[in-house]
Amino acid sequence: MMIRSTKDFWAGLVYISFGSTAILVGRDYQMGTAFRMGPAYFPTILGGLLVVIGAISVIRSFIAVGAPIGRFAIQGLLLVSAAIFLFAFLVRGLGVALALPILVIISAYASTRFRWGPTLIMAVGLTVFCVLVFLEGLGIPLPMLGPWLGG
Amino acid sequence: MDLIGNLWLGLQTSASLANLSYCFVGVFLGTAIGVLPGLGPTATIAMLLPVTFVLPPVSALIMLAGIYYGSQYGGSTTSILVNLPGEAASVVTTLDGYQMARKGRAGAALAASAIGSFFAGTVATLLIAAFGPPMANMALKFGPAEYFSLMVMGLAASIVLAQGSLLHAIGMVVLGLLLGLIGTDVTSGIQRYTFGIFELADGIGFVTVAMGMFGLGEIIRNLENEEERSVAISKITSLWPTKEDWRRMMPSILRGTAIGSVLGVLPGSGSILGSFAAYSIEKKVSKYGSQFGTGMIEGVAAPESANNAGAQTSFIPMLTLGIPSNPVSALMVGAMIIHGIQPGPSVISEQPALFWGIVVSMWIGNLMLIILNLPLIGMWVRMIMIPYQFLYPGILVFCAIGVFSLKNAEFDIYLMGLFGVLGYIFAKLGCEAAPMLLAFILGPLMEEYLRRAMLLSRGNPWVFLQRPISATLLVIAVLALCSVLIPSFSKTREEAFVEGAG
Repeated sequence: MMIRSTKDFWAGLVYISFGSTAILVGRDYQMGTAFRMGPAYFPTILGGLLVVIGAISVIRSFIAVGAPIGRFAIQGLLLVSAAIFLFAFLVRGLGVALALPILVIISAYASTRFRWGPTLIMAVGLTVFCVLVFLEGLGIPLPMLGPWLGG
Repeated sequence: MDLIGNLWLGLQTSASLANLSYCFVGVFLGTAIGVLPGLGPTATIAMLLPVTFVLPPVSALIMLAGIYYGSQYGGSTTSILVNLPGEAASVVTTLDGYQMARKGRAGAALAASAIGSFFAGTVATLLIAAFGPPMANMALKFGPAEYFSLMVMGLAASIVLAQGSLLHAIGMVVLGLLLGLIGTDVTSGIQRYTFGIFELADGIGFVTVAMGMFGLGEIIRNLENEEERSVAISKITSLWPTKEDWRRMMPSILRGTAIGSVLGVLPGSGSILGSFAAYSIEKKVSKYGSQFGTGMIEGVAAPESANNAGAQTSFIPMLTLGIPSNPVSALMVGAMIIHGIQPGPSVISEQPALFWGIVVSMWIGNLMLIILNLPLIGMWVRMIMIPYQFLYPGILVFCAIGVFSLKNAEFDIYLMGLFGVLGYIFAKLGCEAAPMLLAFILGPLMEEYLRRAMLLSRGNPWVFLQRPISATLLVIAVLALCSVLIPSFSKTREEAFVEGAG
C-alpha cells in the first residue's frame, strides 16, 4: 500500500480527529431524541459525518493520485505565529509601545527581503499610529507602557 | 409610489454629510485593498469591524458595504494593468483586459470596466429596492423548516463554488458547523466543547476565525514565494472608449449585469461565480468569441459588470432574510447584531431608514467609485508598487489590536494565531476556508432551526419535504451538488479554477 495523494491522506486524518473528538466529548452531554434534541444530538451527527468524510478521503488517498503538498513556508509560519503569540503574551505587561515594535520586527524578519532600516521606521510609524488611533482615539484599554516597566 | 418614497427616505439618510464621508472612506479603502494583492475584503472588514462599533449602525454598514463593492473596482484595475487580479472575482478580467493593455488600449479597458461596473451597480441597486421588500414579506412566512432548508441550500452552493475537491469542500463545511457549536448551548444552557476554558463559553468569535484564516493564513501563504512585483505597467493614453467600443461593449454589459445579478442572489456565491459565468457565456454568444483572450473589449465588460452586480445583489439574502451568503455579508450580520439590530425580514419594516439608506448609499458609492477610479488611476497604479514586505507587518498589527478590542481579551489574539496556523495548513492540504467560514456562522443557527422544526413536527424528519418551499430549496441544493458530478460541468468548473489559479 502506498499513499498516492498526501493531501487527501492528511486532510482525512484531520477530519477524523476533529470528528471523533466531537463524538467522544459529546458523550458527556445529553443526546435527547429527534423530537426533543439534546445538546449532543446535532454535534454527534456532524461528528459522525466528518469521520465518514475523513475515512473516504484516507481511502481515496491510496487509490487516486493527487498533487503533492509542496514546500511548507516553515520560517514564515513559525515567525508570524510566534510574533502574534508573543504580542498576546507581552502586550498587557510591557505595553503597546514595546510589544508592537516586537511584533513588527519579528514578523518582518520572515520576509526574504528583510532589512533593518525600513523595518525600524515601519515599527515606529505603526506604533505611533496605533497609540494615537486605538489607544487615544478609540480608547482601547491597553497600556502604552505596562506595569512590568512600572508604567 | 411607495418605491420612490422609500428611495427618498434612503437618499435623506445616506446623503447626510457624515454618511457620505463614511461611504467615501468605505469605497476608497475598498479600492485600495482591491488594488493591493494579498489583502482581501474579508480580512479588511474583519479588521475594521471593531472601529465601526463607535459609529451609528447605518454609517457602519454603509462603510462596510462600500469596502466590499469598492474592492471589486480596485481588483479589476490591477487585472488590466499588470495582469495580477487583486480580487478573486476579477481573475477572468486578466484574460482580455491585460491583452488590451499590451496593445496600448489600457484606457479603453479601464473605462469599459468602470462603465460596466457603474451600470451594473445602478441596476443592482434598483433590483434590491424592488425585490427586497417582497422577499422580506415572503420570508416573514418562513417557519423553522424553511430557514433550515435555506441554509442547507446556501451551504450546498458554497460547496459547489469551492475550489478543488468536492469531498474536501463538504468536509470543511461539516467542520465549520461543528466549530460553530463551541460555547454555551442556547437551549440547555450547558457549555459544549469548551474544555473548561472560560473564554470559550461565549463561543469562538467569527471575526477571530476570519482574521486568522483569511488574514494570517494568507500572509503565511504569501511568504512562501515572494514573487517579484516590479512589473512593467502599461501606459494609459485615452480613457474614453471609441464609438466602436461603445457599440461592442453595451450588449456585453447588459448580459453581464443580468447574469451577475441573478447569480449574486444565490447564497454562498457572491460575485465570483457571476464573473466566471458571464465570461464563458460571452465567449459563446459574442461575434468575437473565438478571438477571446487576445484583448476583446467584450471579455472585459461582461465579467466586470457581472462581478459588480453580484457583489451588490448578494446583499439581498442578508438584508431580507438575515442569512449571510458569503463571509463578507456574515461580518455585516455580525455588525448588525453588535449594534442591537436583529437581522431578518423585519429589518425593512422596523428600520426603514437603515435598509433604504444602505441601498441608496450603494448607488452613491458607485458614483464615487467611477470618479475615484478613472481620473485618479495614476494614484492606484503607484499603490500596486508597494512591496509586500512593507505591507504584511502592518496587516498583522491591525489584526492583533483589532481582535483584542472585540472583547478586550488577549485570549482572542492567541485564538486568531491558532486559526492562522490552521488556515495555512488547510490551504496546503487543498481545503478551502470560505465554505468553512460560512458554515461556522450558520452552525448554531442551523441547529436552532433544526431543533425547532423537529419539535413542531413531533420528531418527524419528513417535515422538510412536506412543506413546499422547504422541499424546493432542498431539491435545489441536491441538484446543485449533483451538477458537480456531471462530467461536462465538473470539467468547466475545473477549467474555470485552473484559469483562476494561473
